[in-house]
Amino acid sequence: MIAGGRGIGARSLRLYLPLAFFLVAMLFPFYWMAITSIKPNRELYNARIMPLVVHQPTLKHYVDLLTQTSFLTWTYNTLLVAVVSTAVSLVLGTMIAYPLARMNFPGAAVVAIGVAATYLVPQPLLFIPMADIINRLELGNTLSAVMLTYPTLLIPFCAWLLMGYFKSVPRELEEAARIDGASRWQAMVRVVLPLCTPGLLSAGIFAFTLAQNEFLYALIFLTRSEIRTVPVGAITELIRGDVFYWGQLMAAALLGSVPVAIIYSFFVDYYVAGLTAGSVKN
Amino acid sequence: MAVGPASLARPAPAAGRSFTLRDLLEREGVWSWLMLTPGVLFLLAFVAYPFFYGIFLSLQERRVTQSGVFVGLSNFETLLHDAVFWQITRNTFVYTIVATLLKLAGGLAMALVMHQHFRGKNLARAFLLLPFIVPTILSTVAWMWILDPTFSVVNWTLVKAGVMKAGPSWLGNASLAMVSIIVVNTWRGLPFYGITLLAGLQTIAPDLYEAAAIDGANARQRFRHVTLPIIKPVLIIVTMFSVIFTFSDFQLVYALTHGGPANATHLFATFAFDVGMSGGQFGMGAAVALSMLPPLALLIVALTLYLRRE
Repeated sequence: MIAGGRGIGARSLRLYLPLAFFLVAMLFPFYWMAITSIKPNRELYNARIMPLVVHQPTLKHYVDLLTQTSFLTWTYNTLLVAVVSTAVSLVLGTMIAYPLARMNFPGAAVVAIGVAATYLVPQPLLFIPMADIINRLELGNTLSAVMLTYPTLLIPFCAWLLMGYFKSVPRELEEAARIDGASRWQAMVRVVLPLCTPGLLSAGIFAFTLAQNEFLYALIFLTRSEIRTVPVGAITELIRGDVFYWGQLMAAALLGSVPVAIIYSFFVDYYVAGLTAGSVKN
Repeated sequence: MAVGPASLARPAPAAGRSFTLRDLLEREGVWSWLMLTPGVLFLLAFVAYPFFYGIFLSLQERRVTQSGVFVGLSNFETLLHDAVFWQITRNTFVYTIVATLLKLAGGLAMALVMHQHFRGKNLARAFLLLPFIVPTILSTVAWMWILDPTFSVVNWTLVKAGVMKAGPSWLGNASLAMVSIIVVNTWRGLPFYGITLLAGLQTIAPDLYEAAAIDGANARQRFRHVTLPIIKPVLIIVTMFSVIFTFSDFQLVYALTHGGPANATHLFATFAFDVGMSGGQFGMGAAVALSMLPPLALLIVALTLYLRRE
């Protein structure tokens, strides 16, 4: 469509070859993760054996991971924290985005700029003072510490994304509901929000993956095994000193990606919409 | 839910009270601010306050367990005379600039490849985006094994192909370690560029290309004069976003190299972590983190204004 040329030869050159290259480059690490996790140690640590395939697959690493480490607890923690912080962020994000998108009131511009700025302030700028604050609140080593801090990353994102969706609903719909006696709250909950379900889904899914991906706060605040999340647990407990438990590490990486991958596969269109809304629609 | 503090209705006479309260709460400004308050207070308490508290900490000599002593700008002065700090500054800029250029070029290529008609396009898009959605630490674990000093599959391939006798130690050599973290960052971030730019390309009406083709424009001219101007805003926003988060990257480097060997891959964020958390020097750590601020602030202000204008 863009470049000229005809026939299967030209098409391979500008579509199939580069597409295959990108697919292999993007997916190879996952292939590597998967086959490493089912290789027995004698294959893993033998440089003479052809490494690209598995000769004698085994589930030993998975069994060890599930029985000898707290992996299931980490998974539970990760999901719990992700769900709670996503829910909190969606509610508060909606409550910020709705007036900013649809109301005229004094201070709106300042709040909008403030939200955009908090969205862009990277976490490494804040983690040291945050550690001190969490210590003073005596929340160190509790899941509350991350449930409280994750929304600082997620609320500005949700608010920013949702503003675009809220703006797209015509004012007349809301006004009609208000004339029929609905309060502003009722008009929002019963008229505008249902129309913005795709936006809420996008924001929720995106926030959920961001929460699963978070590492820095989890690393700082969660130092006991029972309260760790999967990324922190894997990196601190499956690597002990100089000893890497590669098979278990790969099994953990693969299983740890499963929740995100499942949600993503069901809602991939919403995810892409969320990804592009900030840069394309606005 | 839309119930505010009763005191807001103070002057109302008893008879019309509920009506007045509701009336007041329904006023655009009052209602808006009631809605905003919880979220705004939260962000003030846990983003704005830590930010300013960080500045305050950076002016102190402060160990984790002790109370701080005000030392003015001396933490920053120490950093300015520290060769390691300058090395880290250089590392961060090299990492950000090279990785951004690679992601930009690769992402644009990916978008152009994907912007063609073929069967299974949605599936391909879903797969290509995987590096971006899988938690970074978990995919980095796979890269650690790919780049392992003894069992690296890259080295195995290089040796088998006869390129070299023995593969290098990717994470043990200063320059190669920098190359490695840039490659992994590019791998993870490229799909973000690719898929976002693809969405930008899809907003271009096909008849624009047809018109340009009728006017005799070749493929390159069509790209330069039709495609590029239209996707420019998307390109700018995506790049600035990505620059901000690459410049302040932590996870990938922490997992892959821990800043090593000999600080060769330390970035501001990982160094601040080492100083502030592992070393327990809160004040100095906060000062290292704040050193990111001047370049970041320029970018953040530019992007905020740009987003507002759009």
